[in-house]
Amino acid sequence: MLDFMDTEAINMKIAVLSGKGGTGKTLVSVNLAAVAKKSTYIDCDVEEPNGHLFLKPEEILEETISVKIPMVNNELCSGCRKCVDFCKFNALASIKNKLIVFEDVCHSCGGCILVCPQKALTEKEKVIGKIQKGISGEVTVWTGILNTGEATGIPIIKKLLANNASVEQLTFIDCPPGSACIVMESIKDADYCVLVAEPTLFGVHNLNMVYELVKLFNKPFGVVLNKCLEEENPAERFCLEKNIKILGRIPFDNDLGTLNSNSEIVINKNEKYRELFSSLLDTVIEEVQHKTIANS
Amino acid sequence: MKIAIPVDEKTLESNVCASFGRTPYFLIYDTETEESVFIDNTAAASTGGAGIKSAQIIVDSKANALLTPRCGQNAVEVMQSADIKIFKTISLSIKDNIAFYIDGKLPLLDVVHAGFHGHGGN
Repeated sequence: MLDFMDTEAINMKIAVLSGKGGTGKTLVSVNLAAVAKKSTYIDCDVEEPNGHLFLKPEEILEETISVKIPMVNNELCSGCRKCVDFCKFNALASIKNKLIVFEDVCHSCGGCILVCPQKALTEKEKVIGKIQKGISGEVTVWTGILNTGEATGIPIIKKLLANNASVEQLTFIDCPPGSACIVMESIKDADYCVLVAEPTLFGVHNLNMVYELVKLFNKPFGVVLNKCLEEENPAERFCLEKNIKILGRIPFDNDLGTLNSNSEIVINKNEKYRELFSSLLDTVIEEVQHKTIANS
Repeated sequence: MKIAIPVDEKTLESNVCASFGRTPYFLIYDTETEESVFIDNTAAASTGGAGIKSAQIIVDSKANALLTPRCGQNAVEVMQSADIKIFKTISLSIKDNIAFYIDGKLPLLDVVHAGFHGHGGN
């Protein structure tokens, strides 16, 4: 049991993900981080990070994140359009031999600069967001924030995870919803994935998306069933059919919902939930250790 | 005078396409010679920036005006750089809109949407 376990000595990265928003990724991540005490929480849901609302970190340090985008010198541009043809995102247009760069459409691949025979394109920095580091009790809280309208938050997620790559601590990665590139980036270096699922057919569809993703990435994983009712749970049936480990069940409960919507860390307010998340943490840690031994 | 129209099919009997950037074809119509040329919209299947690429195609076609039901911000920026006027179609029929345009009955497109960026572009 965790009571006899020294969580400070545990170094593992646990990603929490789900196929859609609102299933309980942040509820699970922040409460696991809080119950683990000495831990790191990383909010990779950079389009709408909300873990900080619960953990309320203090002593915030901030760093802006930039990407490189092309800048054209129209005096050098010959109008050959090699860059326009190269850009898969159509971020460039050549009008009357003048190149127009659509900065919001650019994905910063740098390809246009490489293909330009006239060296008419150079790089300039463009700020796309920021990362914040703060402290909440014994939890180190990292938050990624992407500015509205930017093409992709991947550079911010990369920075968040790179900063924590050498941190030897129990780390919880609160992923963006879905199974797109930004989620892949978030789970890439995780030791274990916790999939959070809702007890509906729609929930099963979304669970299946992340289930296929973690299988593709060959990550050990288990499922937390959230919003559980007395009645039949399609997500649970999915887990049984696919032989997926169920790590824990969180009830569909008014008290829990109220605490959570008041941005409380529920383990600090309710003994029943402290026990639930403490036991969930034990299970996850045992699973990671078991899977690590099994795979080595 | 050449005008460009996003169209559903490669015939004058067809309709104006509801989308500019994702239209399958463009009609380039010459109001003096009454000649019609249909060109494929190679931007239609783009993962992103379809409006920009479509606008580039219109510019390259040497059209002087674009007749479309709607148009995104980025495409408008390209059109403006090329001094191409954008008119709003007021009927589904291609032929009707050409006639309205010649009679000076088409209004300039004044409502521009912000575009649909981020749909599959990541």
